[in-house]
Amino acid sequence: MGNTDANTQHKKKKSAADTAFIVFNSIFMVIFVIITLYPVLNTLAISLNDGIDTLRGGIYLWPRKFTFKNYTTVLGKDSLVTGAIITVARTIIGTLLALVTNAILAFIVSRKRFLFRKQLSLFWVITMYVNGGLIPTFILYKGLGLTNTFWVYVIPGMISAFNMLVIRTYMNGLPESLVESAQLDGAGYTTIFVKIISPLCKPVYATVALFVAVGQWNSWFDAMLYNRMSSEYTTLQYELMKLLSSVTNPGASAEAMKNAAGAVTPTSVRAAATIVTMLPIICIYPFLQKYFVTGLTLGGVKE
Amino acid sequence: MAGKAGKKAANKETEMKVKITWKEIKQQKVLLLWSLVIVIYGFIFYYLPLGGWLMAFQNYKPAKGLLHSEFVGLDKFKRLFSDETFIKVIRNTLAMGVINLVVTFVMAILFAILLNEIMQRRTKKVIQTISYLPHFLSWIIVTGILHDMLSGTGVVNEILKNLHIIDKPIDFFAHTSYFWPIVAFANVWKETGWNAIIYLSAITSIDPSLYEAASIDGAGRFAKIMHVTLPGIKPTIIILLLMNVGNVLNAGFEIQYLLGNGLVQSVSQTIDIYVLKWGISQGDYAIGTAAGIFKSVVSIVLIVIANQIAKRNGEEQLY
Repeated sequence: MGNTDANTQHKKKKSAADTAFIVFNSIFMVIFVIITLYPVLNTLAISLNDGIDTLRGGIYLWPRKFTFKNYTTVLGKDSLVTGAIITVARTIIGTLLALVTNAILAFIVSRKRFLFRKQLSLFWVITMYVNGGLIPTFILYKGLGLTNTFWVYVIPGMISAFNMLVIRTYMNGLPESLVESAQLDGAGYTTIFVKIISPLCKPVYATVALFVAVGQWNSWFDAMLYNRMSSEYTTLQYELMKLLSSVTNPGASAEAMKNAAGAVTPTSVRAAATIVTMLPIICIYPFLQKYFVTGLTLGGVKE
Repeated sequence: MAGKAGKKAANKETEMKVKITWKEIKQQKVLLLWSLVIVIYGFIFYYLPLGGWLMAFQNYKPAKGLLHSEFVGLDKFKRLFSDETFIKVIRNTLAMGVINLVVTFVMAILFAILLNEIMQRRTKKVIQTISYLPHFLSWIIVTGILHDMLSGTGVVNEILKNLHIIDKPIDFFAHTSYFWPIVAFANVWKETGWNAIIYLSAITSIDPSLYEAASIDGAGRFAKIMHVTLPGIKPTIIILLLMNVGNVLNAGFEIQYLLGNGLVQSVSQTIDIYVLKWGISQGDYAIGTAAGIFKSVVSIVLIVIANQIAKRNGEEQLY
């Protein structure tokens, strides 16, 4: 290993390079955090600032003329309140339905002795790669009478091959002996699913529930495509989208300005609506981290 | 290697499959019943729409329905490919799909590796929690924020002005040359932290003795990243790349739809938007469906090709 002198010199050089690396890494992380957080904090500041004052520009992290007016305007809009109720409803009902059906399916295909185990798996895996596309789907929903109803949000797409595979992978990892001893005691499949497997699957159920709930909360396209004519089934994100187009479309913007008697502008109202829409998720996700990390790792497992 | 082991396991499984007796089938009654319900559901919502593909080969009239409309062979496809807009739409979809795939991949791997190098556990945790945040925001919110940031009085123009790079604000949404980079940036902003999760968990499963050995050989932190971390997560990178190649054409709808406007239409329209425009807005179901079929077929071909390449190079495969 050479002489000691050369060795220490080598070490010094190495630690200098390491220091440079640490400095670079710290700068990278600081910039990353700023770029990630700034837009959200800026929106928060705008939402708490006087609308007309915001138009002068220069609002960064702190409101200049503090007001709650934007929020009271948002909460006073009937369409947004309806959207919020529908969004909460679809998130709860959609998540429950998806969880129960995917869990049942995953349970069936993870039974090693089930007669059609392979065929049933394949039937669902195919759906990950092939689908009819927008227009045949649209015609189908129309034909089934799902358009202009609440159910179009929660019934189609309820079972998804990806979520099923995540749960199945987890169930496959559970010790087989638990099931066998229950069967010896005379337990049927329903009992095994409800009393033995499901309690052990709580973490993976939480993961899938989180994935589905976020998807439900954030979706807007189905509201626009299938329920455009039924304002009673509008969703929060779809209403937010309408606000966005009123900001970017100058004609509509001027119109909205006239209506907005002074202190609020489309930009400030939209900022407030954005904060209201993202708040529930921001408050919840930090506590569910371990669940979605598990879920992604399970989903990435080769099938 | 992994493939061989897999095959062996599969063989064992078939050996283990002793005859299933009538008694067992009786016990499985409840499973069979639920399977039936689930298959009916799957057939209606996932397989029935495939029948709609027939429309692309017909002069489809809603009044006549699928069974009685006149068949026209590949006419609709010919019309589709003679439409200059559609050619541009394919280019846009592919270009944005590939650009997004490459930049989001590189950024996620880079972020995962660099985050892993942060030694203070708390700092690491806080940064990671912050990094997930944008993933949970809808595209509606993200595009709204982008509009604010890039507007005439937005922070980006302010910074550029203060640095004296420009003296008049740039109208980012009015020039075709900015559109693809904006879309790529938005994707990176939204998904870097989320996509890094899987690499971070792959990094934690690398054998620590490899790092120790590298240290003894005099490797610095950078050398360790290049010779231990990166090779360690290579299988994960490849499998994720494979999974995403088939999605290249799917990567373009929400953001392009929400950010696009008349001025940048020539670079913002993707296949999905084209389908929506022709199929739903113009009511030409046949053309819209034909464009959708084209997309599905290309996606499947891409998945198969990616899988073959992986197979030839002895890497893990998707199926």
